[in-house]
Amino acid sequence: MTADAEEEIAARDFASIVESHRPQIFRFLLSSLRDVDLAETLTQECFLKAHQNWKQFRGDSSAMTWLMRIAINLQKDHWRNRRLQFWRHTQANAIGVDAASDWLPNGERSAEQQILAREQVAQVWKAVDGLSERQRTVFLLRYVEEQELSEIARVTGLREGTVKAHLSRALGRVRAELRGNK
Amino acid sequence: MSSRNKLTEEIDDPMVVGALENFKSSLNAWSEAVRAEAAYSRPRTAVRTVRHAGASWRLAATWVIACVLAAGSLAGGLYERHQRQELARIAALKAAEQKSAAQQKAAQKLALTNKAPEQRVAATIVVTRRQPTAVKSAAASDAELLATVDSDVSRQVPAAMEPLAQMMDSSGTN
Repeated sequence: MTADAEEEIAARDFASIVESHRPQIFRFLLSSLRDVDLAETLTQECFLKAHQNWKQFRGDSSAMTWLMRIAINLQKDHWRNRRLQFWRHTQANAIGVDAASDWLPNGERSAEQQILAREQVAQVWKAVDGLSERQRTVFLLRYVEEQELSEIARVTGLREGTVKAHLSRALGRVRAELRGNK
Repeated sequence: MSSRNKLTEEIDDPMVVGALENFKSSLNAWSEAVRAEAAYSRPRTAVRTVRHAGASWRLAATWVIACVLAAGSLAGGLYERHQRQELARIAALKAAEQKSAAQQKAAQKLALTNKAPEQRVAATIVVTRRQPTAVKSAAASDAELLATVDSDVSRQVPAAMEPLAQMMDSSGTN
């Protein structure tokens, strides 16, 4: 097989990976940042980095784990830069908790159920807002992306026990928020 | 295994399970809506912050003003401190002077109280010795004064019958 052919196969593989994993990466970044523009930018950067390092991807872990790790690192860098330059960016583009909870699927629900669901979503957003960066990441990976604990541990570089502890604290916070406003 | 079953296994609170499900579906709806708008797939351009010349001048001016303000406040503080120290020094000097003056006064008073009986005796002796001459001179001056006064009065006041005599003289001539 010639080098050109190999490159073409690799490019096709990468394109299929982008196609299949992009929505998930974007959703994770959107839930972490609550900023559509920023989530789009970081998703682009994530795939750009992945493309640059695609040859080095040995397939030890799944492509999703690898991409998610890149996304988490980009998000970390973003928060770090923002902390350092907080005086430059006084106005963030992140939307509020109430606006974020306006999104609900058009299912077969009554108006009352819709209102209740919106309230619950707002409360979960509020709880997520109060979590630390690490707790938020673990929480979103577990309950939105539905990843296994071992996979979360691989993605975040934490031990499984630590992931469990973070999850337990995050869940406690969500529970308290839901009960407190009941 | 469905996500609902997974959550139910992990979390025993149905309210939390329901809320997490709603949260997940809300996030899905949001990201799908953005996807439907094809917003996230549009080509994005990298943004590089360009520093304009005006901006650098402004930055330099800000630094200069900040430095001047900092130096001014520092100098002001130092001057204020120096002024206070100077005032304190002057006050201490004055207090020391006052103290020494008071001490001197007290010493003088003490010396006077010690000498007072002797001085009083000496003064009495002087007075008693000087008294006869003083009495004599006073009497002499009194006599001289009286003599002058008598002569003045006698010169000024006419004799008792003089006006009548003058009248008689004038009627006689007429």
